[in-house]
Amino acid sequence: MSTSKKYTKHFLFLSILLILFLLLNISLGSVSIPIKDIFNSLTGGIASKDSWQTIILNFRLPKAITAIMVGSGLSICGLLMQTLFRNPLAGPFVLGISSGASLGVALLILGSGLFGGVFVSIAFSNWALAIAASLGSFLVLSAVIIAANRVRNTMSILIIGLMFGSLTSAVISVLSYFSEAEQIQQYMFWSFGSLGNLTWTELTVFGIVYLIGILGTFSVIKPLNSFLLGENYAKSLGINIRKSRNIILLITSLLTGVITAFSGPIAFIGLAIPHIAKMIFSTSNHKTLLPASALIGAIVLLICDSIAQLPTSEFTLPINAITSMFGAPVVIWLLVRKKKIYV
Amino acid sequence: MTNSKKNIVLKTDNLSIGYQTKKQQTVIASDINLSVEKGKFVALLGKNGIGKSTLLRTLSKVQKPLEGFIEVNQRNITDYSHQELATSLSLVLTERLPQSQLTVFELIALGRQPYTNWIDQLSAKDLKKILWAIEQTAISHLKDKPFYELSDGQLQRVLIARALAQDTEIIILDEPTAHLDIHHTFKVFSLLKKLVKNTGKTIVISTHEVNLAIQLADEFILLSEQHIYSGTSQELIDQNAFDQLFPKELISFNKTLEQFVIKKS
Repeated sequence: MSTSKKYTKHFLFLSILLILFLLLNISLGSVSIPIKDIFNSLTGGIASKDSWQTIILNFRLPKAITAIMVGSGLSICGLLMQTLFRNPLAGPFVLGISSGASLGVALLILGSGLFGGVFVSIAFSNWALAIAASLGSFLVLSAVIIAANRVRNTMSILIIGLMFGSLTSAVISVLSYFSEAEQIQQYMFWSFGSLGNLTWTELTVFGIVYLIGILGTFSVIKPLNSFLLGENYAKSLGINIRKSRNIILLITSLLTGVITAFSGPIAFIGLAIPHIAKMIFSTSNHKTLLPASALIGAIVLLICDSIAQLPTSEFTLPINAITSMFGAPVVIWLLVRKKKIYV
Repeated sequence: MTNSKKNIVLKTDNLSIGYQTKKQQTVIASDINLSVEKGKFVALLGKNGIGKSTLLRTLSKVQKPLEGFIEVNQRNITDYSHQELATSLSLVLTERLPQSQLTVFELIALGRQPYTNWIDQLSAKDLKKILWAIEQTAISHLKDKPFYELSDGQLQRVLIARALAQDTEIIILDEPTAHLDIHHTFKVFSLLKKLVKNTGKTIVISTHEVNLAIQLADEFILLSEQHIYSGTSQELIDQNAFDQLFPKELISFNKTLEQFVIKKS
């Protein structure tokens, strides 16, 4: 489906914005570093101070890359879910994936308190959190996919996902009830979301899974476009509904799973960015919408992260709060102005 | 005989349609033996709930038959992949399209999906077919509009254009005039009639516009509780088939007018 409309200008503009906000994001932080030294560090040169170079290369750059991957990944997942379920309220977390990840992390953090001993010491490394979150989301995902293959109706999958979400939240509540305040606080910190603290090794693992997910989305552009006519038309156009549905579910859970594992459950982005993309580009063609959502998602999360780290201050606000505070009004404003919302 | 057999594009053999669940089988109609020739405009008639949509869904492989088989171009449709069938048979359904920002052109272009590559790139041939479909249905003035701005009558022609762009020998339409006024109903019927004549495609529609169908369709499939009739309007009139269509209290079929008329008490 090629459009008569071309969006070269839009994409060029967004790409420039992305680079600008990437540089801005890297240059802002609790330590102020001159622009010249930032460029030197990034281009392989040497900054005036060793500590500056370390801050930029091992802290700010990985964080910015994380922001880009998280923002674009969640936006793409949101778009996939909205089209698959033909529901504008769907987002990457409707399948209960974030609840699954939360359950994994809750079991690790809150559970370690109950078991004590060795568990406590291993519980708080990034890897342990990531693995627990991945296992949790994978578990919920498998349950959802097994259930999905038993029901014909795609809408039922949406509800099944929501139910798994409630179930896991309930388990987390029970766990919290029996846990120490300290552990609960630790769990709360994880659920605020965080883009920082990733080492290059962790980032490499994240990056590989992210790339697999992104490449996978190319293979479903055609089914996604045909889903715009509803499942029966899609089938009559020769689309294998079940196969496409499973690929889409798999990509989404892989991406949201890995994102939640490394950065916690990040709210708002997945639900709202696809709508912003649909409004700016006023198209439903996924060949345009997928890259558009990815770009806008990356830009927005870079902006949110720049705000969250409160330039020149030592404090960092929870990214999750910023994404919602920044995003919800934007979406409300867009909807009130445009008055129409699309799948 | 071999010659006429060659012209049969759609055939059913002892077809039984309905729904199958684990526990029980609901048969809606059985022993359906139909054969539709190439280049015919076929109207499927029957009262509400008799199974017209089920039959069309079964013919288009959306739903499995309970028994018997269906042949498209002398080949059992279970042997077709979805992709292959999509190049032989296209659909216009009654269901509402999900809200989206698709333009009329994009919507019609989706009809080319069985032919496009993995990222849905339109070739020169695809474009030609799309423009041809737009021209045939006389909707070029709507081309760049988003489809949600169309009236029901316009949308129906766009959906027909989408099926045309799919470039299939058979087009099946489920109640294409369901929401239309009498003017637009006639417009759709005459468009379909014209398409059959100009393109040699086979068009099967289910409809409640019996009086109009009798004037325009080449052949009929009439579902009644007792029997399934098929043939030309004259053949069906001779068999008194139209009398079986509805209960006789309110309306009856007048053979000389070839129309249903209201009974005056």
